[in-house]
Amino acid sequence: MKLPFLPNHDDPSFFDFLTAHHPALMPVGRSGFLQAQATAEPMRGAGSMSVPHATTVLAIKYQQGVVIAGDRRATEGFQIAERRIEKVFKIDEYSAMAIAGAAGPCIEMAKLFQVELEHYEKLEGVQLSCEGKANKLGQMVKANLPMVFQGLVVMPLYVGYDLKRAEGRIFKYDLAGGRYEESDYHAIGSGGKDARNTMREHFLKGLAEPDALKLALLALYNAADDDVGTGGPDLVRGIYPTAKIVDATGITDVSDQQIRGIYDGLIATRRSKEN
Amino acid sequence: MPMPYYVSPEQMMQDKAEYAKKGIAKGRSIIAIEYVNGILLVAENPSASLYKISEIYDNIAFAGAGKYSEFENLRKAGIRHADLKGFMYSREDVTARSLANGYSQSLGTIFSQELKPLEVEILVVQIGHNGQANEMYRISFDGSIIDERTFAVIGGKSEAVQAVLKEKGFTQPPELQAALTLCITALEQIGNQKLSLESLEVAVLDRTRDGRRFRRLSPTDTKQLLAT
Repeated sequence: MKLPFLPNHDDPSFFDFLTAHHPALMPVGRSGFLQAQATAEPMRGAGSMSVPHATTVLAIKYQQGVVIAGDRRATEGFQIAERRIEKVFKIDEYSAMAIAGAAGPCIEMAKLFQVELEHYEKLEGVQLSCEGKANKLGQMVKANLPMVFQGLVVMPLYVGYDLKRAEGRIFKYDLAGGRYEESDYHAIGSGGKDARNTMREHFLKGLAEPDALKLALLALYNAADDDVGTGGPDLVRGIYPTAKIVDATGITDVSDQQIRGIYDGLIATRRSKEN
Repeated sequence: MPMPYYVSPEQMMQDKAEYAKKGIAKGRSIIAIEYVNGILLVAENPSASLYKISEIYDNIAFAGAGKYSEFENLRKAGIRHADLKGFMYSREDVTARSLANGYSQSLGTIFSQELKPLEVEILVVQIGHNGQANEMYRISFDGSIIDERTFAVIGGKSEAVQAVLKEKGFTQPPELQAALTLCITALEQIGNQKLSLESLEVAVLDRTRDGRRFRRLSPTDTKQLLAT
């Protein structure tokens, strides 16, 4: 492979580099864009193509940072495509992203975003600010717009710890790349509304970390209860939702064991109500 | 019509090489040396923000001597190359060998085709893990590439520094502290002056870390390290 020795490397964006020099590697290949333009009727391809979709991811702010969590199910129409899909991604030391939409392009966008931030940091010698990262992701969502018309929706939920402000932050996006900051909590995906309802009832400002984690898992449980696209804890196979915690010390995975413990408690409470 | 002067190719290459060498020798030396857990890179650098040593990828670091604007451009090209390859294939497929080859090609082409050669000498190092050996490549202004063992020196009076390292060197990879002390001694001996820790740029590729293994050591870190 030839060294990309350009006369000047002014632009520290890997995304722009790919767009200019390797468009075939982009999630939205050049061909994708042309096809989308050729399709006169928008959303025509939406129902006909069958690709795995991912559902219900959420984020909650607490005293020291943010919890971000997601279920594990991907569906393809009325079929379950994948039981163990991972929807919460570590992006860098201080941020994470969760996805809803067409699984393949979603995962690809997360991967590209990881490289984008690392690339910037190495070229410039400093990390992007939390706000800068959120804006960059907005531009990537916007670039995906042609694919949306083909039914390949990518919806990220982005959380980061802002070192300057010393607080966790949550960003949501719309399909056109619009970026909105949420002050307390948010959930997206097919079960997003159900999860938001649960969080609305139980959320308090300045929650402690264990309470925020418990609330996140409860909201996912309720979403799975009401939404077929969302997977609840699978006790037989031992598959549980995943969660990450982002705070001043960086990003940490919540262990499977801890999540299982919380769900055992939750299920026991539910069971006692039924009998 | 005036006739263009004839210059023999040998003469032209020689002139270019001399020009480049002069530029590189003006700077100060950079040392890369193996230590027990990885590779240590030490450069004499009065600036605290314009780096000569930099991270390229998980296991790969870069150092450049000579003209800053030129090796900075090479560094960025290297990061592009590595990130592109890692994105296209997988993180483990990014290797120092392919990167060094790329540099060698680019530098060689520029040396033979452009009027002015690049006044740079660069170093690409990679730590091996799971029992694999470390790799160190020194690439010159004309694209010639040298595979180094144990230690490598570029820029300034590199041959003199190499001689000191060879003389005082270790048979086994030393601890980090011993390696750093050796580097400082060699640089001080050749420069004939005492070096303050603030004027040193120090970084390591540390095998014991996870993921991205490159780490810069601030003057406070080096002070602590040398005190223990």
